[in-house]
This record gives sequence, structure tokens and C-alpha cells, in this order.
Amino acid sequence: MKEEFKIIANSIQREKSILDVGCGNGELMKFIYENISKKIRGLEISKDNVQKCIKKGLTVIEGNAEMDLQQFPSNSFDYVILSQTLQAFLNPEKVISDLLRIGKTSIVTIPNFGFWKVRFNLLFKGTMPVTKTLPNEWYNTPNLHMCSIKDFVNFCNDRKINLFKSLALSNNKVSSINKFNLNFKNLTSELGIFLIKK
Amino acid sequence: MNEFKDIKKIIIKKPLKLDCGVTIADYPLAYETYGNLNQDKDNAIMVFHALTGDQFASGKNPVTNKDGWWSYVIGPNKALDTNKYFIICANVIGGCLGSYGPSSIDKETGKKIGINFPVITINDMVNAQFNLLDHFNIDKLFCVTGGSMGGMQVLQFIANYPNKSKIAIPIACSASHSAQNIAFNELGRQAIMADENWKNGNYDLENKSPAKGLSVARMAAHITYLSKKGLQEKFGRKLQERDKVKFGFDADFQIESYLRYQGSIFVDRFDANSYLYITRAMDYFDLSKNSNGDLSKVFKNTKTKFFIISFTSDWLYPTAENREIVIALNAINADVGFLEVKSDKGHDSFLLDVPDFLNALKNFVDNSYKK
Repeated sequence: MKEEFKIIANSIQREKSILDVGCGNGELMKFIYENISKKIRGLEISKDNVQKCIKKGLTVIEGNAEMDLQQFPSNSFDYVILSQTLQAFLNPEKVISDLLRIGKTSIVTIPNFGFWKVRFNLLFKGTMPVTKTLPNEWYNTPNLHMCSIKDFVNFCNDRKINLFKSLALSNNKVSSINKFNLNFKNLTSELGIFLIKK
Repeated sequence: MNEFKDIKKIIIKKPLKLDCGVTIADYPLAYETYGNLNQDKDNAIMVFHALTGDQFASGKNPVTNKDGWWSYVIGPNKALDTNKYFIICANVIGGCLGSYGPSSIDKETGKKIGINFPVITINDMVNAQFNLLDHFNIDKLFCVTGGSMGGMQVLQFIANYPNKSKIAIPIACSASHSAQNIAFNELGRQAIMADENWKNGNYDLENKSPAKGLSVARMAAHITYLSKKGLQEKFGRKLQERDKVKFGFDADFQIESYLRYQGSIFVDRFDANSYLYITRAMDYFDLSKNSNGDLSKVFKNTKTKFFIISFTSDWLYPTAENREIVIALNAINADVGFLEVKSDKGHDSFLLDVPDFLNALKNFVDNSYKK
């Protein structure tokens, strides 16, 4: 399993309720279902992925997070997970506010646009970055709103969102992000993992 | 319609107060079963049929000699696997295949009840079928499922008996019959009643049959079960056994011939008054009516796990209406999954060989049974 998923799963307490937004083929959900909590549900836009989840015995709703999150009542889940999907939304700000409303804790991960390889691509090659976490070309990327770890931290601070845990992932090594190492982590990390609350 | 002596039925002694106010008792409910009930009695699935369905969901239908209406779904190793599950399917009250309906014989007059049959609702149908749990001594079903009007019965079943089924799979249905659907049903009823042989519903007494009206009703309804794309691909403008149009009102086009055929075979197996009563029951279906339109309240007490399925090309019970049910269940944090299956086969998709549908259904049912 991806290192990112292990970190997310480790952040979740046993037998708590979880909504995985953009749950993909259900890999993370299945791990959580089998090891941490049976009270997990998913929301997924792709029909093929929904089928894969059903095959795994997972409860998934086919839907579009931007349209369908509003139907979930406030504080209805202990955790809401959004793994590397934020950048694909038309309106990430609204999605984040829905996550904060629905989940007591939200776990958001983002591919870091501040990662040095990304900067290197643009700076020296003069082309849009293609990396392990950003594998698509500019013309076929689903990503509409890329941000860096620093952008996301600023976003939370500006909105007084309680960002109570920030982790950085690079080469499968996890480390903490704090205000003293933010610029450094923003340069050296492929992925940011954030636990946020209202 | 004939009396079918060799079909299974129970006589329900317990009085049932219908929504229209009339109480019925000592009435027959015809049913069929597939597979075997296990010792724990935890493998029973109740399947509800749609408007023109019946209890013969699988195998050969002894009346029509055709495959049961859900033969793709029910059978050994199929989505509802008869090697594992015990499947019960009853003919709804109001129907015409052995259950209490307009073609039943009135004990006092010795004649068919016809139009004197009380108006029934989806709620009444479900309450009547619930008696089968007692009959088989089943405390709790494993699953309730059905498509179209069958899906409405699934929703009504959970609303009435919140914890009498572990899982519920309403397919291609709605919690509230739309104006468009009422309109199509009314078209069908008017076609029947406009037939001079309908005789105000007493056609049996005069040995007549409103076959033309019923046939037109079926033709109109049949169009609503398909999709524009499906029709275009299957028929297009192809002509029926001719090279050019004949400048008349014969069935020049294959689609005309097809619809006429569908109408003609339908009248052999279905009672016109049953068609009136059952379409009326569908029109009256509005599950959240008693909770001021709040569908969530209807399911407030249920622990049942839901899986809702719709089809992309179904314009009779479109995805949006199926989604309303998902939204209502989400609002009360119920356990609900949802899938919109891609299919060009319209509303009828749930009856046909649509692998994405059959696979999803099988996976959901089998995984839910394990846990």
C-alpha cells in the first residue's frame, strides 16, 4: 500500500466513522475497513471504480463531490478523507468548507507544486512539470487548481481553519511540517498531508 | 383470465385494512420460490415484481411458457444465486396470476369481482406480501429487491418494517411517482376504457375483452421502457418485410410491427382491470407524503443497508429520481451505496442482460451476505 495511505490510516482512531471522498478503487477504504473501522463509506465519480469498490464489499456512492457533498448532514462523520483530489475541483474552497462541515476531522493530502522537481521542470526545462505525483501532461491533466504545501498552509491560516497536524512525504519518508521548516518542506516534499478542523 | 389451480398460494386469514378504507380478509396470495431456505433462515430474499410482472421471476412461467421476467438475475450462480439464497416472489394483490385481484371470483355472486375490486396502493401490496414471512416462519429477510414498481415496494417495505431485512436494493424506481409517469399511466387507462368492450369494467360478465385498448396501453407503455438511442439502433427506419412504404396505415415500419406484436401478446396474459388497478397504485405512490415531503423521516428507524441502482438511459425513472432516495438516506447517515449503470436499453435495463448491472448486483449481495 502507498505510504500516504498508511499515514492516513494511522491517523484514524478505531471504530470511528469515515467518509472517503474520491475513494478511487477502494484500496485505502478496504485497508481501513479490514484493520481500523467498519464504519467507512466512499464517494467516487468513476463508474469503473465504483464497481471495483462494490466487488471489494465496500459501500460507495457514485457521485461528484462538488455537487453531492452538500447532501451529507453536518458532523455526520468522525473523519472525512480527501486524498490527492483537491486540485481537481472547480471550486476547492467550497469543497474544503463542505469537508469541514461534514467531518469532525478532515484529512486532506495534496501533491506539492512547490516540490523542487516541479520547480526545476518549469525553471530550467520551461515546460509544465511531469513528476511521479503529477504524471499528466498539461493538456490532459485533471488538475485545475494546483497548490503548494505553503499555499495550503496559508489558505488554512487565512480562513482560521484549525490545521492541527501537517506532515510531509518524500521518498516514502514522513516528517512534520512546522512554521520553522515550512519553506524547506515546501521545497523537498512530494506530498503534504494535513489534518484540519473547523 | 383462468383460475390457475396448480399455482402455489396461501389464503391470508389476517384482515388487512387497505388505504382506501376497505378491509379484506381470507384472500389468496399466489407466490413462487426458488432455492432453499437454510436452517438459520437467514438467506431469504423477497423479490417484488413490476407492473406487468408476476410471481414467476425465474425458470419457465407455466402460464406464458416463457422465461421468468428476472431470469437473467435469478438462478444458479446468477446475481441472486439460487444455490445460496431462498427467493420468494409473490403476485401483488390487484394482479391477475392467482393473487386477490379484479379477476378473482366474488364468493357471493360467483362472478369475477371486476371493477368492484377496491382501489389498492403500493402500501397495501407490501402489507399483503409481508404475510409470507409468517408463512415461511422467517423472522428477518436477508434482502428485499425489485425494479420499477418492484423498487417502490422495496422502499415501502423498509418504511413499514424498518428492521425486517438486512439489505434493500431498490432498482430504477422513485419514491414519488412523477407527473410524467402518472400521465403515461393515464394514457394507458384511457386506452382501455375507450375500448367499447371494456363495458365499464364488466367485460367478463358479457364475455368480452377490451383487448384493443389494453394492447394500445401496452404499446404506449412499452415505448417508455426503451430509450431513443436503443430504438434507433434496433429499428431505425427499417421497413417491415417490404422494399418501400405502401402509402397506407399498415405496419410499414419495423417499429410499428414490433409494438403491435408486443401489444398482442400482452393481452393474452394480462387482465385489463388489473392494469387499471396496478397503474393507479403506482400513481398514488408518494412515500414522503405523510412526512411533509421529508423522505429521510420515512427511513429514520432503519438499520438496513441500501444499494440503489439506476440506468443512464432510463427516462421513466431517471437517475435524478433514484438519487433523491440516496440523498434522503445520506441525510440520516444511513448505510447507502449507489451506482448509475451505463446502458442504452432504457428503463427495461433491469430486466435485460446488462453485465455491469448483474455484476454489481451479485457483488453487493454476495459481499453483504458474508458479513
